[in-house]
Amino acid sequence: MSVINTQTPPTGPAQKVAEFHTPLILGEHGLCPGCGEPVALRILLETLQELNLVQRTIGVVGHGCYGSFVRIMDIDVLQCLHGRAPACATGIKRMRPDTAVFTLQGDGDMVNEGLQEVIHAAARGENVTCILLNNGVFGDTGGQQTATTVLGQRTKTSLEGRDAEKHGYPIRIADIVASVDGAGYVARGAVNTAREVMRTKRLIRNAFESQLAGEGLSLVEILTMCPTGWFVTAPDGPDYLESSMTAAYPLGVLHSRSAEAN
Amino acid sequence: MSATAPVAEMAPLELLEGSTAIARAAILSNCRFFAGYPMSPFTGLLENMAKLMPAAGGVCINAESEIEGVNMVIGAASTGARAATGSCGQGIALMQEAVAEAALNETPLVIFNMARNQQDYFQCTRGGGWGDYRTLTLAPKDVPEAVEHTQLLFHLADKYRAPVILYGDPLIAQTRVGVRLAAPDLEPLAPKDWALDGTMGGTGKSRQVWTWAMGKVTDPGLGPDGHWRAVADKFEMIAAAEQRWESAYADEAETLVIAFGSAAKFTEYVVDELRAEGHSVGWFRPITLWPFPGAALAQATRSSRRVLVYELNAGQMLDDVRQFVHDRDTVRFIGGVSIHESGLSYGPLLDAPVLRDRILAAMAQPTER
Ligand SMILES: Cc1ncc(C[n+]2csc(CCOP(=O)(O)OP(=O)(O)O)c2C)c(N)n1
Ligand code: SF4
Ligand SMILES: [Mg+2]
Repeated sequence: MSVINTQTPPTGPAQKVAEFHTPLILGEHGLCPGCGEPVALRILLETLQELNLVQRTIGVVGHGCYGSFVRIMDIDVLQCLHGRAPACATGIKRMRPDTAVFTLQGDGDMVNEGLQEVIHAAARGENVTCILLNNGVFGDTGGQQTATTVLGQRTKTSLEGRDAEKHGYPIRIADIVASVDGAGYVARGAVNTAREVMRTKRLIRNAFESQLAGEGLSLVEILTMCPTGWFVTAPDGPDYLESSMTAAYPLGVLHSRSAEAN
Repeated sequence: MSATAPVAEMAPLELLEGSTAIARAAILSNCRFFAGYPMSPFTGLLENMAKLMPAAGGVCINAESEIEGVNMVIGAASTGARAATGSCGQGIALMQEAVAEAALNETPLVIFNMARNQQDYFQCTRGGGWGDYRTLTLAPKDVPEAVEHTQLLFHLADKYRAPVILYGDPLIAQTRVGVRLAAPDLEPLAPKDWALDGTMGGTGKSRQVWTWAMGKVTDPGLGPDGHWRAVADKFEMIAAAEQRWESAYADEAETLVIAFGSAAKFTEYVVDELRAEGHSVGWFRPITLWPFPGAALAQATRSSRRVLVYELNAGQMLDDVRQFVHDRDTVRFIGGVSIHESGLSYGPLLDAPVLRDRILAAMAQPTER
């Protein structure tokens, strides 16, 4: 697998390899071919449908490529400021405790700009579900280093690869939140293979069930492909995720209040 | 014109500290969410809210920062609840990104700037966020008026779907005075059919609160260009409709003193004293700092030979006075920066004898006309 040449345009047009439908998606997303974020959106919305939550859900969407999902998701949404989704979700949930409230944030949004928000929301035990789409870069602004960029990863602000000496270490936010007493459920999944997509969907379901059971803050970190920000081809994205990210971010359930009670 | 919320004449007179009175006025106005971060002299309001909100069925959160407090309030307000935050100076400065956001995504909220002095005039009236927005700001002169203004602000925030500010100070936050508190009696407002309640998912008509107002692919919104023009038009409309002021003896006085908030209360007292001694002096008080009552000021200063601006800062409202006064050459600044040694309140310039001396000294100077 090689890093793609970004000096010349792609040789052929993007091709759609599969069609997925959920009635909550109103139209085509405008994200890059091979992006992992639309896959995460689909399993999130399917989960709301399966849990029969569609007409009692409010989403809070941060700033990143996923921000454009506001245009295609048929859910009540507050588009909030960069990094502030857990605070906004707190206000929403406290005023409408009967709704299911989720945030949709990227690594730049949650772990850079809004790091304290998610930790404090977890510490308060807010009954909201935070969905973190972690691709290890600021995708939207063109592929710069975020707090979760793995060591060795080349970005536009770590051109020779992230070096701990120069750029510091990545932050494993899910591990931090899992250690906070007010957290109800914390897990990490990925969308780079069909198997991981199915597993991650179960994690999302567990997270919403935890929210509905009033266990405290639930967080599902989802590793998503960003071929554009990683400078790899779209078909190479899933393998690149596997080889670069999953060692730094092991998949699985990190904390489950209900499992620990049993 | 000084239209404010109807005073609750029938309610019992109670001796209350300003922070308690304002908290109770907010709850009587159906405020049900409050989040803030301690900073003197705002802290008392936060403490009162923490004490009183639970019994009212509301929520008060000691937020981890002003940034999070104001964003929690945006969330609460986006569901249609009446919600407020507060702080002063630096704390309000931290909130500016969110104040602009609330203006542009049209979430109504009330911000209590329980300021340490009058140095936040620019912050309230110019704002430190981004975009074409304004914040309607009421500056009460004392605690009873702060109670009226609190109730009016929750109403105006909802009416215009915009963030609005109460400009208080240490005297208003911490003075105990007799006040009457009752539920406000204000014109009915349209139902909040824009508010997020979660019920519209899957109907194709799910709701959005979104600064960019792009709508859905199936039902496009105005987008940033159209939406931000509409918001700018709305603020222009508010600017014309909501100017509030009060003045006395403007037509018959050679010298007119302009002041806002607590400084205006001192001004009223000193002007009365000077008039009793035969001096030709009057006063003018902007009640809304934004929109600034410019036309009224122009009218009030038509026959003034001296226009004295008394504010406890280096001359911030002075800019607005100069913009609207009948004759700029008549304007003299008699205020200044004056801070208590603690840094938390006014210094010696906010005092009747000092103000009196400054007015008399200015009146001894020759006039331009
Ligand atoms: C206060 C503020 N700073 C910066 C930005 C610019 N910005 C928009 S999206 C974005 C990157 C978000 O990265 P991430 O959350 O990881 O999302 P991704 O695009 O990678 O999915 C940034 C920095 C902004 N919108 N607001
Ligand atoms: S830049 Fe990355 S995250 Fe953004 S749409 Fe493209 S692939 Fe997805
Ligand atoms: Mg990212």
